Amino acid sequence: MFAAFANPARFMSLSAWLTPVLGAIAFILFAVGLPWALAYSPADYQQGETVRIMYVHVPAAWWALAIYAFMGGASLIYFVWRHALADVAARAAAPIGAVFAGLCLITGSLWGAPTWGTWWEWDGRLTSMLVLFVIYLGYMALRSAIEDEERSARLGAILCMVGLINLPIVHFSVVWWSTLHQPASIFRPGGSAIDPSMLGPLLTMAFAYLALFGALLLMNMRAAILRRRVEGARLRGAA
Amino acid sequence: MAEGDNIALRADKLAIRRGARELFHDLSFVVRAGEYVEVRGANGAGKTSLLRALAGFLKPSAGQIHFDAAEEPALALHYLGHLNGLKGSASVSAHLRYWSGLFGVSSSLEQSAARLGLMALRDLPARVLSQGQQRRLALARLLIAPRPIWLLDEPAASLDGAGRTLIGELVDSHRQRGGLAIAAVHEPLGPTAHASVILA
Amino acid sequence: MSAFWSTFKRDFALMWSAGGGVVAPLGFFLGAAALVPLAMGPAHDALAAAGPPLLWVAAAFAVLATIERLFQADLEDGSLDQMLLSSAPLELIVLAKGLALWCAIGAPIALAAAPVAIALQASPSLVPAIVVSVALGMGGFVGAGLTGAALTASVKRGSVLIALIVMPFFAPPIIFGSAVASSGFGAAFLLLAGCALAYLVLGTFAAAAALRLQAE
Repeated sequence: MFAAFANPARFMSLSAWLTPVLGAIAFILFAVGLPWALAYSPADYQQGETVRIMYVHVPAAWWALAIYAFMGGASLIYFVWRHALADVAARAAAPIGAVFAGLCLITGSLWGAPTWGTWWEWDGRLTSMLVLFVIYLGYMALRSAIEDEERSARLGAILCMVGLINLPIVHFSVVWWSTLHQPASIFRPGGSAIDPSMLGPLLTMAFAYLALFGALLLMNMRAAILRRRVEGARLRGAA
Repeated sequence: MAEGDNIALRADKLAIRRGARELFHDLSFVVRAGEYVEVRGANGAGKTSLLRALAGFLKPSAGQIHFDAAEEPALALHYLGHLNGLKGSASVSAHLRYWSGLFGVSSSLEQSAARLGLMALRDLPARVLSQGQQRRLALARLLIAPRPIWLLDEPAASLDGAGRTLIGELVDSHRQRGGLAIAAVHEPLGPTAHASVILA
Repeated sequence: MSAFWSTFKRDFALMWSAGGGVVAPLGFFLGAAALVPLAMGPAHDALAAAGPPLLWVAAAFAVLATIERLFQADLEDGSLDQMLLSSAPLELIVLAKGLALWCAIGAPIALAAAPVAIALQASPSLVPAIVVSVALGMGGFVGAGLTGAALTASVKRGSVLIALIVMPFFAPPIIFGSAVASSGFGAAFLLLAGCALAYLVLGTFAAAAALRLQAE
């Protein structure tokens, strides 16, 4: 029992200073990246000014996917080695990933509207992101539906890992179908390669998202650990 | 199959935790062939959790459980919990046939049914049986598939005096064949217990 | 093997005697498949295009409607404990339950897909491919359903939760299956078969792992 909380103690002291540092980094990167992306980067020769949504949309897509992979890894670590922090990390990352996925979907819709003339298009990659969003919701719903802490963690770990295996299958099936039925995606501004002048703001935004994820993840984890301590104390008091 | 011969079950410094609460720790005992051990304790002391840990359903938070048995533990034991494991719409005989298939044996089902007074109820669906009859149907598992280790959680619950006597006899003949039994009880079951494990 | 067949026989018999038996999911499938065409009216071309996905979604819903109690009942009445003590590994027992579900629901719906496909304006030459693909696809749905049911076995009234969890798994078979309805025994069919098999294998192992956790 105490061994399980020795690591979290070290984590708490580490995250106590790391969280605000990451938050500050995120703030700076967004302060630099957003104006750069939205005002000072070149417009696309095909899409004009609307391409600027890409700088919000694309990093959100990358990280929505990467966060789920992170959750999968954390779930595996928890399932095999029962490391309590790994479960806390997985559960704390889920809402952040879900928000990134949702942001990707909304910005995707906004991006496509002027080009498609409609507010939604069943583009292969966007549809894949929609499924990923549902996967996030399912994971969060399962975790909160199971009251027993440890059982929720272990069952959630199974769901996350199985979902991770399923993700490539879903992506393949959706992209396969859309290439049969639709022309290539619009989500590649300037043709099949990204112009180097777009790389600067894009990567800045990408790192901004990463720093934001880090700060939010640590905040969520700290809150979860504190909550567990309170509940543990309450249960011991009642016993 | 040959029951007994050097069967033993050993618990070594067992600790079991449910949620955030530790039920007990540092529990050690040995049960050998032919022995019957009672587990006693107040409600919530951990009797059921101990039996489920011995059955392999839950992992103890500390300590080890050793089985000196010919087969792997899951094939060497029977678990009779609070729940009977019955399906309301299935008949008594359907249950007997299912268990005989599930445990991979082909013994005489009539014999087991008769021993437990179930012959007249053979074709009835389980849901119309009384609590006591349902308990006796659950006990049929023990006779259908001979396994050396019996883990019984309040086996006499919902049974009348005759039923309790019956269980006592079943445990006694099981011991004579070389098996061992561990039962969580509130009152003595019948057979003289070789030892008692008391959970605080 | 006797544990496998005993479990199969018991579960299949239980499904026959459960609420509505086998007729209920079949009726559900037919009703669900009829809802959208009913609302659309006689728009033949639109129906022909939308037909295959409608059929597949109706089949998927029929599975969703029946899997909630698959393991929950076993957990609640103590049968799961006995399955863990069986002479066969839990994975085989789970597979037997999946096979029973497929026989009770998957196969009848696959056969019913033939008239439904015709009603949804499918070309008669494609009906054999449609029936076989639905049979396979239902196997995939069962595989995913086993996992969802095992994960939510301890959650009361978890049917919406199960649906949310397994929906991402239902998408690929629905996509491939709908494509088979227009292209017959081709690439889409092979993809569907591979996907269904993968789901069945993966689902069996994941469900068994989840059930062991539920028994604690």
